[in-house]
Amino acid sequence: MGMHVAHIMTSGMGGLRTAGDLVAWMQMTRRMRINEAKAYVAGKLGIDILDLTDEETMRQRREDLGLGLVTSVSGSPKGIRAKMKIAELLGIRINSVELFRSQIGFPG
Amino acid sequence: MSDKISTRMGDGERVSMSASELKEEILAGTEDAAEKGRVPPLTAEELDQLFDIMADPSRMVSVEPGQEVIVTDDGGTMSFYSGQDGGGVGVPLSRLQAILTYERACGADTTSMGHSDYSYKPVKSIVNFELNEYYTASQLTTAPFFYGAQPNMGLYYQPDGPCPNPADLLAEGDIDGAMKTQEEAAEHLRRDLGFVVRKLDTMGCEGINFDTSGSAGDADYLAALQAVRDIKSELPHLPIILGAAGEFVLGMHGSVEFDGKRLAGMYPHEQVEVAEAAGADIAGVAVNTNTNKSVAWNLARAATFIKAASAASGIPVHANVGMGVGGVPMMEQPPIDSVSRVSKTLVQLGKADGL
Repeated sequence: MGMHVAHIMTSGMGGLRTAGDLVAWMQMTRRMRINEAKAYVAGKLGIDILDLTDEETMRQRREDLGLGLVTSVSGSPKGIRAKMKIAELLGIRINSVELFRSQIGFPG
Repeated sequence: MSDKISTRMGDGERVSMSASELKEEILAGTEDAAEKGRVPPLTAEELDQLFDIMADPSRMVSVEPGQEVIVTDDGGTMSFYSGQDGGGVGVPLSRLQAILTYERACGADTTSMGHSDYSYKPVKSIVNFELNEYYTASQLTTAPFFYGAQPNMGLYYQPDGPCPNPADLLAEGDIDGAMKTQEEAAEHLRRDLGFVVRKLDTMGCEGINFDTSGSAGDADYLAALQAVRDIKSELPHLPIILGAAGEFVLGMHGSVEFDGKRLAGMYPHEQVEVAEAAGADIAGVAVNTNTNKSVAWNLARAATFIKAASAASGIPVHANVGMGVGGVPMMEQPPIDSVSRVSKTLVQLGKADGL
């Protein structure tokens, strides 16, 4: 367990604290190398690449766009609702989102 | 004040070295990788950078801002609730609680779940239970959520599986029989991997991890490659990580090929090419840690292999950095000083896209 946390602290992007999950989606769904994935996500967010791992920048950006926050804010998008927003923002297919959309009859 | 630099051996033992000794270890490590893998050694500038990382007096080091990468895991969430033999800390959490804790409290870029056995064969008979757990968790997670396990072809051999055990056949001198039974086991494995993954796809699975592929040798690795190709041709939308078991593919069979390339003896820079050709979205590469050598030697060696793999790959490369691989000491509580130096080095010098 200690190793995972050590790697996250040493080299990780920060997950929901910043834009780590967003960059990971691009590696998974488009096979983008790390620099390409970062540039793509930064472009979609309208920020500099360095800001992708800046908590101060990303906290507000995630809140504004409904991408899910690391702290629990009652009523704010999280989980599948946030992933619907993420899929839309990044222009990618997320399987869990596709299933959820089919269940609720969401056309978009 | 001592001019000795505190570092460790590959088993975690703390040792001290002079600057010249540390530089010799680093040089020997990269030369060993270059010779074995027939890849370029680290450059003089990279050797200096690695020395600086190893000699840094700080307990922990980290990458420079802007150089962060994606951290995926191999059953990391299971470590919350499992025991010592799984590297677990035994906290009485449910799987769902562990998944969400890892995502939200640890700031993980991705999260995952897997069966306690962490092999696909035992998942087959309980796959519907796994689908329920996966579905529930996927409604609550925000970060990419993988289902992971090992192909683990060894489970298809007697007495655990249906195929004659090649170790028994080899002991009898039956080389042809040992090769044939591996080919038979590989077909079973290929089908089972496809069966489990197709089921998971129906439940909105966001990503699959074939972790530690090739642990039972080249036929095991072949089955994983074939399964990736089968699945991606049918389900191109489903992301797959294909992680390797070791720094070269063990030639337990010796003659199996994928796309006309013999798998036995493939090093990371060759493994990433076949992983990409099969259709994998992320390639995981592992470099073994030698416990009799220093972390400096092991890390120089790992960085050399990873750098070559990253240069050869057209898809993201994630370096395996668990206990006993990538230069991380082989012990159940790898020291943070060594782990952070491995992490930084494989990103900055190895050019890994993730860990």
